[in-house]
Amino acid sequence: MRFTKSLMVTSALAILSGPALADMANEMTIVSWGGAYQKSQLKAYVEPYLAEHPEVTVVWDESSAEAVAKLRAMNEAGNITWDLVDVEAADSIRLCDEGLAMEVDFDESLAAAPDGTSASDDFGDSIVSDCFIPQIVFSTTVGYRTDMVPDGTEPPSDICALFDLDKYPGKRALNKRPLANVEWALLCDGVPKEEIYDVLATEEGQERALAKLGTIKDQVIWWTAGADTPQLLADGEIFMGSTYNGRLFSAIAEQNQPIGMLWDAEMLDFDGWVIPDGLPEDRLARVMDFLFFATDTQRLADQAAYISYGPARASSAPLVGKHAELGIEMAEHMPTDPANAKNVFVTQYAFWSDYRDDIDAKFQAWLAK
Amino acid sequence: MSDIVLTDTFKKPLGFHVAVAAAAGAFAGIFVGAAQGSSLLGIVVGALLLGALSFLAIEVLGRSAEKAVRWGILALFALGGFLFGGLPGLVMGLLFGWFFGWFIYWIGFNRYRAKLVPYLTSGQVLWYYAFRVICGAIFVFLITPILVVMPLSFNAQDFFTFTPEMLRFDPAGYSLKHYRDFFTNSDWQQALKNSVLIAPVATLLSVGFGTLAAIGLSQPHVPFRRAIMAILISPMIVPLIISAAGMYFFYSRIGLQGTYIGVVLAHAALGIPFVIITVTATLVGFDNSLTRAAANMGADPVTTFFRVQMPLILPGVISGALFAFITSFDEVVVVLFVGSAGQKTLPWQMFIGLREQISPTILAVATILVVISIGLLTVVEMLRRRSERLRGMSPG
Repeated sequence: MRFTKSLMVTSALAILSGPALADMANEMTIVSWGGAYQKSQLKAYVEPYLAEHPEVTVVWDESSAEAVAKLRAMNEAGNITWDLVDVEAADSIRLCDEGLAMEVDFDESLAAAPDGTSASDDFGDSIVSDCFIPQIVFSTTVGYRTDMVPDGTEPPSDICALFDLDKYPGKRALNKRPLANVEWALLCDGVPKEEIYDVLATEEGQERALAKLGTIKDQVIWWTAGADTPQLLADGEIFMGSTYNGRLFSAIAEQNQPIGMLWDAEMLDFDGWVIPDGLPEDRLARVMDFLFFATDTQRLADQAAYISYGPARASSAPLVGKHAELGIEMAEHMPTDPANAKNVFVTQYAFWSDYRDDIDAKFQAWLAK
Repeated sequence: MSDIVLTDTFKKPLGFHVAVAAAAGAFAGIFVGAAQGSSLLGIVVGALLLGALSFLAIEVLGRSAEKAVRWGILALFALGGFLFGGLPGLVMGLLFGWFFGWFIYWIGFNRYRAKLVPYLTSGQVLWYYAFRVICGAIFVFLITPILVVMPLSFNAQDFFTFTPEMLRFDPAGYSLKHYRDFFTNSDWQQALKNSVLIAPVATLLSVGFGTLAAIGLSQPHVPFRRAIMAILISPMIVPLIISAAGMYFFYSRIGLQGTYIGVVLAHAALGIPFVIITVTATLVGFDNSLTRAAANMGADPVTTFFRVQMPLILPGVISGALFAFITSFDEVVVVLFVGSAGQKTLPWQMFIGLREQISPTILAVATILVVISIGLLTVVEMLRRRSERLRGMSPG
């Protein structure tokens, strides 16, 4: 008796709320990186979405750093608990190749730009794989302590200051992965920028990059998390170090630390969503509905009010406004701003997917020496 | 005891007390010198200063002027510290001045032997104090990381850094904002709630199963006792990551992965070995004729267990429960596998906080947890002593 009654109530509710909502799950687990970046996603599109859909609840899981391993385990256990996962572009390529992430039809699933440009054209080059829905452009770049610049010396403005221990003595912090480090090493060893990846493809080129890094090796602290370098800079433990540009912006503008940053030879990269493969239909329907909303032109531009990462859509760039709390114009802090992007590397996904394992192994062996 | 003088005090020879004081000064000088830029200079200055002070105090001014001399040394060090390092230097100077003022007289008038029996050789006296210094050093080594965390949690900045304002004891360098963040941030509150919901239930399960298993395994007629024991305590021996991965796949198949019950069961499995070990240890001293006596008087086994056996093994059960609780409350590896984001516990939240955003909120949480742990342990220990005293079993 009670069962039929509740069945009637649910079906009545389903009819009332309309056919579109009836088959959507109301709980979403979103995986991201935590910290200021996750906060920017929360403010720019999760909270607005929840305001429109009060029946939905969102659970955050800060596991993006282990996304590939965890998605593999979930796939093997046949128990996908995540609905939407924020990953770096390189990870999305791996997930796509292994069939762990779902392929997306951009023009069908995502909003077109306000002027009618299709989503795939609007995202342009940032679509690095069929499974990857880009959100932001970030860069790996270098920050330094302004109060530790030697007296009578210009503050560094050139990436090769990293390797110049005579002019800028002091410890450095570098990523414990070869990406960016080896490119910078070759550039500062005199390799013309356009030939760097040709050189890096050869055995001698890799040796040469490691030899250049070897000139500063005893002065380097190797970091593994993006928060390490800002902490080391704030401590005065290091003179300069590489990290993500948003971290440096936060330390400089929000925490008022005596830190300066260089944009020279910044390494541009993308971050975005992937949808785990094999979601049940109702959860998938909710995810697609959220994604359509969260990746439109205005939402991506809004995100830049909370963190200094550039929106991945071309049509969002003119809409970037001021910082939500500090009221700073954000456009000039974007890695894609023309004044900052005079000399940039764009991460070469094709190159790195071919050479990553090899160079990684050599780099780790060299580190252990 | 403390006022009894076993050995007379007398003035030590000049060479001895000046040399010892100079050595102590040199040792302290290493650290002060390193902080000021030159250890070598610190050693030389420290040795000369303390040697001279010792000579002055013991040989020239003597025992009668002790009070004035010690105040003088205190003032001298405080002034020196203040000139070198401002307010923090003053505090350090006061500490050093107090210690050396006492030390010079302690050495110079043989007071270090006052509470020892007279027939000890110099070597034995030296070892007596060296042993205590070593114990103290080990204690400091264990406790310092925890103590360092506490002032940092009051940092006004968002970094794990002693800022210049903090070192100057400037109130502007301190803030309660990380504590406010902990109590107002929904992520931390959710994590706290999860931890508080998971740990006690897991503890109850561990204590229930662990106590029963220990009692069963202490019966001589149970077959394969050693093998069963080895299996039951294996979660403690197998590397945690292996248990965690195994639990992940097993729980996923049976639909427990990512559920509250799944995490509680996993933590109970980790806690059971601790309970078994502590309860087994107390059962060794348990006299089985008591249960036979109870049975003889008509008590059934359940009554016997609760009225006779349980009160006697209670200390073992309580310490096992404490270990099981701490295991669950501190655990991060298994919950990362078995739990989903909805079961995020405090250690999980601290773990991601450390990796992604080095925020002193973690230190504030750590400080709160340390205070709670100290309180909890104190209360349990006091309760245990009280119940022992009431039953008249207290050894002391």
